[in-house]
Amino acid sequence: MITVTSARKNYGSFAALDDVSLDIPSGSLTALLGPSGSGKSTLLRSIAGLEELDSGTVTIEGRDVTDEPPQRRGIGFVFQHYAAFKHMTVRDNVAFGLTIRKRPKAETRKKVDELLEIVGLDGFQHRYPAQLSGGQRQRMALARALAVDPQVLLLDEPFGALDAKVRTDLRQWLRRLHDEVHVTTVLVTHDQEEALDVADRIAVLNKGRIEQVGDPVTLYERPANDFVMGFLGSVAHLGGQLVRPHDIALERDRATALALDAKVVDSPGVIDAVVERVVPLGFEVRVELRAESGERFAAQITRRDAAELQLREGEKIHARATGRSSVIDVDPALAI
Amino acid sequence: MRVSRGIRLSLRVVALGYLFVLLAVPIGVILWRTFEPGLSEFLASISTPAARSALNLSLLIVAITVPVNVVFGVATALALVRGRFRGRGLLQAVVDLPFAVSPIVVGVALIMLWGAGGWFGALDQAGFQVIFGIPGMVLATIFVTLPFVVREVEPVLHEIGQEQEQAASTLGANGWQTFWRITLPAIRWGLTYGVVLTVARALGEFGAVIMVSSGFPGVSQTLTLLVHSRYIDDHNTYGAYAAATLLMGIALVVLLLMTVLDRKRSDR
Repeated sequence: MITVTSARKNYGSFAALDDVSLDIPSGSLTALLGPSGSGKSTLLRSIAGLEELDSGTVTIEGRDVTDEPPQRRGIGFVFQHYAAFKHMTVRDNVAFGLTIRKRPKAETRKKVDELLEIVGLDGFQHRYPAQLSGGQRQRMALARALAVDPQVLLLDEPFGALDAKVRTDLRQWLRRLHDEVHVTTVLVTHDQEEALDVADRIAVLNKGRIEQVGDPVTLYERPANDFVMGFLGSVAHLGGQLVRPHDIALERDRATALALDAKVVDSPGVIDAVVERVVPLGFEVRVELRAESGERFAAQITRRDAAELQLREGEKIHARATGRSSVIDVDPALAI
Repeated sequence: MRVSRGIRLSLRVVALGYLFVLLAVPIGVILWRTFEPGLSEFLASISTPAARSALNLSLLIVAITVPVNVVFGVATALALVRGRFRGRGLLQAVVDLPFAVSPIVVGVALIMLWGAGGWFGALDQAGFQVIFGIPGMVLATIFVTLPFVVREVEPVLHEIGQEQEQAASTLGANGWQTFWRITLPAIRWGLTYGVVLTVARALGEFGAVIMVSSGFPGVSQTLTLLVHSRYIDDHNTYGAYAAATLLMGIALVVLLLMTVLDRKRSDR
């Protein structure tokens, strides 16, 4: 368990962490999710000891490490840009932590070879980082971090510098690795899809504060506020409320729309809109609409519904919200 | 830009002619005059007691200057790149001072500071001679060569950033281990290049050294001072040519080393 209590960190007048408290259960894979400048990296680096808190405490597995340097915190850290030791071979990179700890050579060698096999770099022992691809370098960095048997594994946007295909492969690989190794893992990302894909817990950060912590389903279906809802998944503004695009239904007949809408509690009502564009997205169809108020929003409906409606651009249509779960009141400050 | 064949050729001729007249001719003349009487004459001239002592003294000064500059140069570069302290801008400017100040001014300043009547003159009166002794010549050489290591290491430190060092610390390395295992290997080419420049400049320094040396042949003459005294004081022109050729030979080796290192560095 990692416990951060009342953490504060200022850079000049900018509050990177503004009274942040967070518990990260042992064995979990937690994502710190937020836009840039939200404080997620600062929080991770503070847990690692790479950043010193102005106030607040950090404990790892019951040990207060607030005043300990990184090398005495029992952590493994993976950087966005790999931080590979360029003058060392892959084997020496991975062995670094063990060499520092003066472990017997044979033991180190065995462990390094095992780890390289786990991360799929067996046979690359004598290469230099410059001879590896980005994805390979990051897997080497992971092996290096795991070599010292850390109590917690901290990853700072580990896939941010990789291209899309490698990124999705690596995060699924990380998920499987975590299921095997079970080391408490904290991952920083600004990519909500990545957080939903990999993590079993997500903490959403914004402006140096934690907005909500929970499992991905809860965060998606019961967001605590507009920010969380807007950051996790897409949203549409419908009659002064935030609605998920797939929770919007379109009706040809206004009376039908009104009748169905009456069954939904706290609904934003039926909105008359004009179809601006119909975009097929494979299984679903995105319908871009303009309300009579001039406000633009998008609805996501199934292909079958779209075929039944026979939507054409420029036609009038009636939109309503179907689900209540992801309909919340708009904070006036956020309403456009 | 399109340049006609004629203009391109004449530009080449002008550039080569310029280099030839300004660089190749003077060096060629010295080489020609040196080896004109034969190799044995040259060897005899550079193995007189005064010449040997001059070579030894030059190498001794290099041997003291280089480690001092390495230690303080790396420390200064680290402070300039990583440090967040007041007066960092001032330090930046001060490091370049030896480039701007004429070596002869350095010599005068050292005399005023360390000479018998200077601020630290008590040392001189107590029998530890700085000015007109080897310590003074070392001090003068360190002064003029101070920027080289700093200015070669600094951009490399900027480039490598701090992530590798931070990674080492998360893997259990303390500050000292991180420096030896990560920082030093990362800056080694910049550092070597700075050392080579320091050696070249230390060997060739004249203005600052002549001010603080007593200039006795066989005692306190460096190679540059030997060339000067043979030519001006002894009217031994041939001896001056021979010593100059020796100096040039060493410089050439250093230069070759530099080219090789530079190529190696740009490979990485």
